[in-house]
Amino acid sequence: MALISHLLIQGGQMLLVLALAPLVTGLVRKVKARLYRKRGASIVQPYRDLARLLRKEAVVAEGASWLFRAAPYLIFAATWVAAALVPTFATGLLFSWSADLIAIIALLGSARFFLALAGMDIGTSFGGLGASREMMISSLAEPAMIMIVFSLALVAGSTQLSTMAGVMLAGVGLRVSLALALIALMIVALAENARIPVDNPSTHLELTMVHEAMVLEYSGRHLALIELSAQLKLLLYISLIACVFTPWGLAPAGAGAGAFALGFVTYGAKLVCGAALLGAFEASIAKMRVFRVPDFLGAALMLGLLGTLLLFVSRGL
Amino acid sequence: MGGPLIAPLPGTLVSILALFALAALAVPLARTPLGRPLVYGASALISATAFVFGVQGMLGTPATLVLPLGVPWMGAHFSLDPLAGFFLCVINLGGAAASLYGIGYGRHEHAPQRVLPFFPAFLGAMSLVLVAADAYSFLFGWELMSLASWALVVAHDKSADNLKAGFVYIAMASFGTLALMLAFALLAGGGDLTFATLAHAPHGPLVGALVLALALLGAGSKAGLVPLHVWLPLAHPAAPSHVSALMSGVMTKVAVYGFIRIVFDLAGPPAWWWGIPVLAIGGISAVAGVLQALLQSDMKRVLAFSTIENIGIIFIGLGLALAFRGNGLMAAGALALTAGLFHVLNHALFKNLLFFGAGAVLNATGARDLEKLGGLIHRMPTTAVVMLVGAAAISALPPLNGFVSEWLTFQAILLSPALSPWGLKLLVPLVGALLALAAALAAACFVRLYGIAFLGRPRSEEAAQAVEVDRWSRGAMVGLATLCVLAGILPGPVLDALQNAVGPLMGARLPVQTDVAWLSIIPVGESRSSYNGLLVFVFMVLSAGLMALVIHRFASRALRRAPAWDCGFPNADPITQYSASSFGQPLRRVFARTLFSAREEVTMPPPGDSAPARIRLTERDPAWALLFTPLARAVEALAERSNILPYLTIRQYLGIVFATLVALLLVLAIWR
Amino acid sequence: MSPHLVFDIAHLLAGAMVLISLMMLYQDRLTALIKVFALQAVALAASVAWQAYAHDAPHLYVTAAIALIFKAIALPLALQRMVTRLGLHRQVETAVATGPTMLAGLGLVGLSLVIMLPVTATSDPLAREDLAFALSVVLLGLLMMVTRRNAVSQIIGFMSMENGLILAATGARGMPLVVEISVAFSVLIAFIVIGVVLFHIRERFDTVDVDALDRFRGGRS
Repeated sequence: MALISHLLIQGGQMLLVLALAPLVTGLVRKVKARLYRKRGASIVQPYRDLARLLRKEAVVAEGASWLFRAAPYLIFAATWVAAALVPTFATGLLFSWSADLIAIIALLGSARFFLALAGMDIGTSFGGLGASREMMISSLAEPAMIMIVFSLALVAGSTQLSTMAGVMLAGVGLRVSLALALIALMIVALAENARIPVDNPSTHLELTMVHEAMVLEYSGRHLALIELSAQLKLLLYISLIACVFTPWGLAPAGAGAGAFALGFVTYGAKLVCGAALLGAFEASIAKMRVFRVPDFLGAALMLGLLGTLLLFVSRGL
Repeated sequence: MGGPLIAPLPGTLVSILALFALAALAVPLARTPLGRPLVYGASALISATAFVFGVQGMLGTPATLVLPLGVPWMGAHFSLDPLAGFFLCVINLGGAAASLYGIGYGRHEHAPQRVLPFFPAFLGAMSLVLVAADAYSFLFGWELMSLASWALVVAHDKSADNLKAGFVYIAMASFGTLALMLAFALLAGGGDLTFATLAHAPHGPLVGALVLALALLGAGSKAGLVPLHVWLPLAHPAAPSHVSALMSGVMTKVAVYGFIRIVFDLAGPPAWWWGIPVLAIGGISAVAGVLQALLQSDMKRVLAFSTIENIGIIFIGLGLALAFRGNGLMAAGALALTAGLFHVLNHALFKNLLFFGAGAVLNATGARDLEKLGGLIHRMPTTAVVMLVGAAAISALPPLNGFVSEWLTFQAILLSPALSPWGLKLLVPLVGALLALAAALAAACFVRLYGIAFLGRPRSEEAAQAVEVDRWSRGAMVGLATLCVLAGILPGPVLDALQNAVGPLMGARLPVQTDVAWLSIIPVGESRSSYNGLLVFVFMVLSAGLMALVIHRFASRALRRAPAWDCGFPNADPITQYSASSFGQPLRRVFARTLFSAREEVTMPPPGDSAPARIRLTERDPAWALLFTPLARAVEALAERSNILPYLTIRQYLGIVFATLVALLLVLAIWR
Repeated sequence: MSPHLVFDIAHLLAGAMVLISLMMLYQDRLTALIKVFALQAVALAASVAWQAYAHDAPHLYVTAAIALIFKAIALPLALQRMVTRLGLHRQVETAVATGPTMLAGLGLVGLSLVIMLPVTATSDPLAREDLAFALSVVLLGLLMMVTRRNAVSQIIGFMSMENGLILAATGARGMPLVVEISVAFSVLIAFIVIGVVLFHIRERFDTVDVDALDRFRGGRS
């Protein structure tokens, strides 16, 4: 009986992230549009887009191999599994111990690996360009992320997100290294989700694009899956930041219905805040030149390393 | 169930003997058409047998044996403990796979008599190093291994490059052997040279430090640690592909074994700082290796440089283990050593696989240069799938095996704030950052390798006409790919088996992993960290399947083939694709400019001229510039000096010989 | 309020100053650099004020006020005006690229931790870690002065170095106000002098690149 309820909660979380992901993206777009003094599309527009894409036939380039058609499913699977393992409204879910934070990062790495390969499959210049730049960005963002994980894990004494959230909730005080990790994590989140100032999610036909260049050849259901994966990834990063740095309201393992309700409400509030902040940030900043990005991400890497270093030399920091 | 039919140690020795006999037989057999399948088939069988003995050795108790061979008053000592047993497994697994692959691949060999006899000898020599239990047999096996592999490196067409590779290789190998010889001599300090005596011979801290340095030089030069790696990217690609696989995937592991045997076993308890040089060199090797791999366009050279990276990762694990052990944290040390050893196995699996794939591509297209490949996924479906598995595994992606060992290494790093010395406190997080950087760059490197060679459109006529390789080669590759997946999703049993080797060296073991529910691995404690490759794998399969089901049930299933869109500028010419060097350009700019002085020179034709613009990429390995070129110059200067020798009279010659003799006697007199 | 939280907030503010120093190294626009410098002064003021509250030392409030008024408001405004009036090229002219500079900065932070923490092992943890941070800020300021060509960014480097000194002084249970005032004045004077010199450089050589001075000196001898 307990197992069934655990399974239900785990399944509920998986469906929840899937259902909420387009909404968050829609919200970010809405906030941005309002800040630009535009009316903007409705926040449910991403759902409509997905539905439209799913209804359309898929156009696949002539030279495409099976990898091109399989990649969207693999990317989606890796991202979804990763997103389902981050505590959203409750900690200590049934399968949360099957992968820790390092594994979640690596799962996103798997998704990126296949996305970059898919970009190169048809042999167009844009696909190669996107893949090459994506790997350049990730080669700095991923180590920065690992350093952030180190900082968090050293404070919490665990790389498990559930345990981490529990320790944070119990109070670890204001730590300098946690502050550094938070800033670095935000930079990494911007880069990983192809947001301004690293990449522009709403651009096409520009030589500066990275993510969009890789997925240029996709259409129909394949594109829908890739878009959904990108939305899931954004949700994942917001949930991750929320779960580690604002763990309030998370329902502990085996809690009652009231705790879960509270978890839902606070999670929704956190998502709204995260989306609004992201939108506001994006609206207030310009995109960087591509070769300025390594400096930006290098700063994240160094902040992460500094945070870890502080923890290594003194437990008080 | 009775006991094993034959005890593992004698069995291993018999297999080694059989391999040597096979090598002798191969000399006449090589000229007959049946020679190739016979020799490779036999060596595959013998290696498989030796693998079984290795498993028994790893799980059983240590055994020793003295044979009246070699040095008259001492005999040859052999032993098989779990550590040697583990490496015996790794080496013979690689050997069996390479032999299987060779059955098919060897068909394309122009001069089989230059490869066939040395191949089994090489395999036998590597196993001999592992079971040797005295310095003489160890060095004999080591030297035999170097010579056999050297013969294989220079076996192929006598191009100047291969000869240079052979020369650099043999010079470095001799240097390495010399360093190891000195290490043994220091450890012995006058006693006899069996490992049992060496391990208990008392020695001071200075001797210990020197032995560590010599082991790093000797084993490190064989393994390919920076800055002694320069021979490796020359020699490994020069050999036939299955031999490249053995050299990269397996022979470097023998070097790792040598390092572990000398430093962890024979040199006694480590000082607190022993981990520092090992960690630093490991971290630098990991990043420098993969960065240089990103700059290469020769497929086999990319793989050879990536070997340097992986050896770096292994040595990070070993360095952590030394640091923990030197500071009395045995349990953490056991985790670090397990991580290192697990990566030994993983690297042997995927590096062999990738070299086999590169060999298949070489056979099918005649090209190793990435700029001439492309689109092979259409022409070589099986090779493309297994190479994808290999590339994902070496990029440390879950749920494959490369991720597990790197994850374990990260867990070991997270235990290291407990280390008290300041140098380690600062170095370990830095090495962690280097390891993470190396892992991310490896992903970039293999996206590039795979994307350029197998995806896109063919860049040459040969690539467009490629045909899939033979059944034997495919069998070997599929087998290794399966093992990569299995070791990734079921790491628990492997970790448990490794504890037999780790336990005696570290005095501590990891908790038993096979008892854990759901086949997770929990290296330290449940609240601390856990990973379950199987569940991640199952989840991924389930969610991908579920989505496919939903989409095919509810969404449009229509599919239309059309020309590529490419933002409205489709260009039929394959030359407009991203090439290997253009893919590497951002990373080259960000990382390699200062480190490897990578430069891009673009020559534009004058206006109005329709000649193509040309780009020339140059890079320089600082190890050559800073270490080896000055060394070579010094040697040359010395040779210049001694060039007067041929012009001396006989009397002067005799004088020199006499003076040397007297000098040696003097040294002896003073020494006494 | 628990003593734990008092410690943590003090640490956080000092850490923020180190972070802002690193941010200053990262900037490539002069105007942005000035803004970040103002931010550091605000962090300094907050840090000093917190120390005043924590140690119940009212005279430190004066120090905080001085930092806030002069360094966070007056100086940045003056510098900003100077930059606009001089029509300076907005780019910070770096002698060393950003990446290596940041790396060097990180190394300096590590160095100051290694130097300070063992040396002051016996004193109370708040003071020792604050001292380590203060030393980092000082070293980073120096690094800024070394790696930037532009005289304005060199001034800012100098000022941020001085911020580090004040942080160190307040961390060591507050220094007498007299000293503080004299430091502030000396900095002000230095600022005026440098400002005047700047105008002169500008008039003579039409650039504020300090390397130009070297070139001219070389040309004459």
